[in-house]
Amino acid sequence: MRNIVAFPLLLLAVILQSSVISEVRLLSGYADLPLLLIAAWALQERVNSAWHWGAFACLLVAFVSSMPWLVVVVGYFGVIFLARILQKRVWQAPLLAMFSVVFLGTLFIHLLSFIVLSLLGTSLGFRDVLGLITLPSLLLNMFFAIPIFTFMRDLSYWVYPLEEFA
Amino acid sequence: MNSRSLQTTIIFLVVGGILALALGGYLGSASRQLGSVLIELQTWISTRFVGFQDFVTAPRDIVSLRQRNAELEAQVSQLQTQVIELQQRVNETDILAALVDFSRSNPESTYKAASVIGRDPSPFLHYIIINRGSNEGIRRGMPVVTNQGLVGRIDAVIADAARVQLITDPASSINVYLQNADTSAVLFGSVTGDLSLDMISQDVVVEPGDLILTSGLGGGFPADLIIGQVITIRTLEFELFQQATVQPAVDFSRLEIVLVITNFRPVDISPLEPVSTPSP
Repeated sequence: MRNIVAFPLLLLAVILQSSVISEVRLLSGYADLPLLLIAAWALQERVNSAWHWGAFACLLVAFVSSMPWLVVVVGYFGVIFLARILQKRVWQAPLLAMFSVVFLGTLFIHLLSFIVLSLLGTSLGFRDVLGLITLPSLLLNMFFAIPIFTFMRDLSYWVYPLEEFA
Repeated sequence: MNSRSLQTTIIFLVVGGILALALGGYLGSASRQLGSVLIELQTWISTRFVGFQDFVTAPRDIVSLRQRNAELEAQVSQLQTQVIELQQRVNETDILAALVDFSRSNPESTYKAASVIGRDPSPFLHYIIINRGSNEGIRRGMPVVTNQGLVGRIDAVIADAARVQLITDPASSINVYLQNADTSAVLFGSVTGDLSLDMISQDVVVEPGDLILTSGLGGGFPADLIIGQVITIRTLEFELFQQATVQPAVDFSRLEIVLVITNFRPVDISPLEPVSTPSP
């Protein structure tokens, strides 16, 4: 039942992403707060609602952003899929798993965005995208990865108390 | 006269004599030296006493000073907050005054002011979100400007908000007119937010500083909205057209309040565009 915390939390994350995080730029890139939240949530051992959180995040981001919804849905669900796989295999080193998911997930979403926008006729230079958007965004995502992972781990302990989990 | 009264008399006479001599100015140097010694002595004693007094009363003063310091710090932070709020109001007032001047100088259009409340979550796209929507008469395709120049056009609308595609968006292309060169061109955005001109005829002379306005061709924007100035021109003989880089008139990193031109409706010319038919 405590999973309903996803609604205010992801709503707040998308609002912050649109109004604050998108103003904190490194070159032309910025961090992706909803991506970090759902990646960190999907990596928690107790969590079994990662796909639901991902679906709600997709709904919000696709509503606010002008990016084709296909990119958002495939990108975020791809990140959750990756996180669930790594969570089972690298469960003894959660921070390493978080860094891996954030690194690969950011590259995956940016590559997907680049391909889809190029197919839709938008002129994008690969070097510009890589040097001015993807790498700075990657750096910022990695920078925020640890605090967000810690926050989501504590949140998972609250949403899934030990007795309920056991 | 007994011996005691004699002693008293002598003492009074001596003291009176010395006093008389001092008042008469005969003991000037001696009284100055005596006075200086007394003053030094008093200074020494006073200094030591003040030091002792400070030592005794200092703890009490530190407590009261700390309390007073905390009060003053709270007051300073409160005043700083007020200063920031007032500065924000002054900035907003300046922007609104400039926008009012702009709308008065362009009475042919009707405007709706809106605050910028967000940007697109994706760094690939250059869109802003404004706090006016269909409830205020905002419709898709309406141009968005500031007093400095063209910002973009409405891309999507909901009841109380709208999304604006900036002219710097990589998917944006606008028909423009170079005022000094008296020619048309097409303005493109880019993923980095830089603007560039293309489709400038090779036989036209374009100079840095040339003013760029909307041409109105294509029906997407009204004519004569300021966009920016030419910075550099690239002319290659083997290419069909010249290219140029553009300095936008609007500072897109500091957009706070914009104006939506509500009496302009874009013309959809897609039915008039030639359709390529497959060859038999």
